[in-house]
Amino acid sequence: MAYLDHAASTPMLAEAVATVTAALAAALSAAGNASSLHSAGRQARRVVEESREQLAAALGARPSEIVFTGSGTESDNLAVKGIWWARHDADPRRTRVLASAVEHHAVLDAVEWLAGHEGATVEWLEVDEQGRLHPDVLREAIERSPDDVALVTVMWANNEVGTVQPVRRLADIAHEFGIPFHTDAVQAVGQLPVDVGASGVDALTLAGHKFGGPLGVGALVLGRDVACVPLLHGGGQERDVRSGTLDTPAVAGLALAAALAVERQPALHARLSGLRDDLVRRVQQAVPDAVLNGAPGRDRLPGNAHFSFPGCEGDSLLLLLDARGVEVSTGSACSAGVARPSHVLLAMGAAEVAARSSLRFSLGHSSTGADVDALLDALPGVVERARRAALPTLRR
Amino acid sequence: MRLLAALSGGVDSAVAAALAVEAGHDVTAVHLALSAAPATLRTGSRGCCSKEDARDASRVADLLGIPFYVWDLADRFRADVVDDFVAEYAAGRTPNPCLRCNEKIKFAAVLDRALALGFDAVVTGHHARLAGGELRRSVDEAKDQSYVLAVLTPEQLAGTVLPLGGLTKAEVRTAAAARGFGVADKPDSHDICFIADGDTAGFLRDRLGPQPGPVVDALTGAVVGGHEGAYAYTVGQRRGLALTVPAADGRPRYVLSVEPVSRTVTVGPGEALDTTSVRATAALWLAPRALPLACEVQLRAHGAVHACVASKDGSGGWRLELATAARGVAPGQAAVLYEGDRVLASATIA
Ligand SMILES: Cc1ncc(COP(=O)(O)O)c(C=O)c1O
Repeated sequence: MAYLDHAASTPMLAEAVATVTAALAAALSAAGNASSLHSAGRQARRVVEESREQLAAALGARPSEIVFTGSGTESDNLAVKGIWWARHDADPRRTRVLASAVEHHAVLDAVEWLAGHEGATVEWLEVDEQGRLHPDVLREAIERSPDDVALVTVMWANNEVGTVQPVRRLADIAHEFGIPFHTDAVQAVGQLPVDVGASGVDALTLAGHKFGGPLGVGALVLGRDVACVPLLHGGGQERDVRSGTLDTPAVAGLALAAALAVERQPALHARLSGLRDDLVRRVQQAVPDAVLNGAPGRDRLPGNAHFSFPGCEGDSLLLLLDARGVEVSTGSACSAGVARPSHVLLAMGAAEVAARSSLRFSLGHSSTGADVDALLDALPGVVERARRAALPTLRR
Repeated sequence: MRLLAALSGGVDSAVAAALAVEAGHDVTAVHLALSAAPATLRTGSRGCCSKEDARDASRVADLLGIPFYVWDLADRFRADVVDDFVAEYAAGRTPNPCLRCNEKIKFAAVLDRALALGFDAVVTGHHARLAGGELRRSVDEAKDQSYVLAVLTPEQLAGTVLPLGGLTKAEVRTAAAARGFGVADKPDSHDICFIADGDTAGFLRDRLGPQPGPVVDALTGAVVGGHEGAYAYTVGQRRGLALTVPAADGRPRYVLSVEPVSRTVTVGPGEALDTTSVRATAALWLAPRALPLACEVQLRAHGAVHACVASKDGSGGWRLELATAARGVAPGQAAVLYEGDRVLASATIA
């Protein structure tokens, strides 16, 4: 098996598995609700608070800024809806959301929901053909009517094509007008240097399973003075912003994985970009008309390679590679598993046919040269076969 | 063989795939997404391709330990089946969309793609027997689907495996339960999958708009009522006729014909629907025979079988002389010739 789908989920780090397992084992003898006042509760609370400090330190944030959640999706929803509600409550003129056109569905659909149910107006900020949002585009959108902007949300790095956004500059522009800035950094943590303080963002989303932590746990780093209305009401945990008894083992695993991933990030970046450049070169040799999508060099996630294979359908390629033991993704799938042409590629100006002919190869901490070899072993034959299988709509 | 199993999320295709796996074939499963906006849950026996169906299909693949993919054929399905269905009704004919789906989607788009991807054949859960190029009725006559498969060419059938033809529906359900499939007692789908509420007339009205016209009595020539669109009527239909003038003989009246250009729906007594002579065009032979030929014919899905003599009609089609009268023969449906339980040929009723 060659696993080239780390952007979907990357294997847990052994240390994180050990931490989660130990925390679970502790639950055999003591039922630990971190909100309880007795000693079992204190023990659980201690794990949670140490995890909060560990995660904050890894990300250049303050412990009080960490809000643990159940997923990256939840963090995105909390930031987008919660900050919009708070800003709109404070001044009803603030209805506008400015978001890049290439956001993950966790942001995209949350924003659309605000538009459909809460009277928000949405502006999808256009990106260039490499998927990059230019600071001038944001400035112009704000300047058209600065007083009605509720928030700006632009992802740190794109999950499909790997393009890295100029987050610092974008956040600075929003701040010139006193507008809060959220970023979805789910793909960035562990692959790029992420320092919340230095980046200037007001809210940042991360998810454990993308950097070696457990599934089903995430966090929102939320600035102390950023007002945010909760999605979940209840016992008032997590600064009153996210009620619900915390999953202590998962939180501990998340924090440890983040600390290790951040510590190892520079070495991983160097190793993965070398491996990825090798992959890109060899794919282009094997399939000369393959088109690399996204940005070059340092403006790209080190583990990401994303290609269109003209004349092929992405899901044929995926099926054929899967049959050869090579696991990849078309990069965008809905819950029924139907591959839709990616809104990211369409926003970058790709034609629908090209958008349907794409595959994402994503590398992570456990990737090796053998994975790339396995891909290249299978790819030429697979592409040729997929071309023949293209439906008439693509053949035309 | 390398086989591609089309899993609908129903019990038949699940058992068909299981039998293929157990026969030692290398099986991969696909679920066809035929609706661009799938419903989340299915309502009873209606609708298709809901997310629930997709999940049911994927659970069967999990249990069988075979790969599972969803193929998005919504655009093809809309163009080849749904739009065709609407256009046929607009032209005064009565299409069979399941037959069209078999002909254009399952055993065309899907089969072509499967063969190109390196599969040897497609496996489906249709109730019919297929061996050595011979297509025969299922042993379960009530569930037999050979009628809707008769439009397939010999080449299409050569790329098809139908494992269920020797089993009754009850046996299929038992087989599913024995394998732990959650779909073992899932209701069969009925009606037209893309008309989830079963209201065909309403579906057509939404697409074709109101086209009012007269309802004429065949015996007197008098206008006896009106309608909002001739497309909502099918030959043989009795219900849904808003007649303002009662029949002179007081007996029920049926739709005898639908004429789309003048938007005229002609009605008359039930016997006027009886016919012993049927014309059909675009014949496709699976088991070629010389004409004239004494055989049997079926004129609609799950319809009666009539002894007949088929002969050439001089313009490339057939003339079928039936031994017993058929009631309500609808242009647009298929006439399928059988010799006992074996399918010989199919053609479209003119
Ligand atoms: C950019 C981005 N945002 C959000 C998410 C959602 O995170 P989660 O899977 O934790 O809900 C993902 C992962 O699929 C992602 O890649």
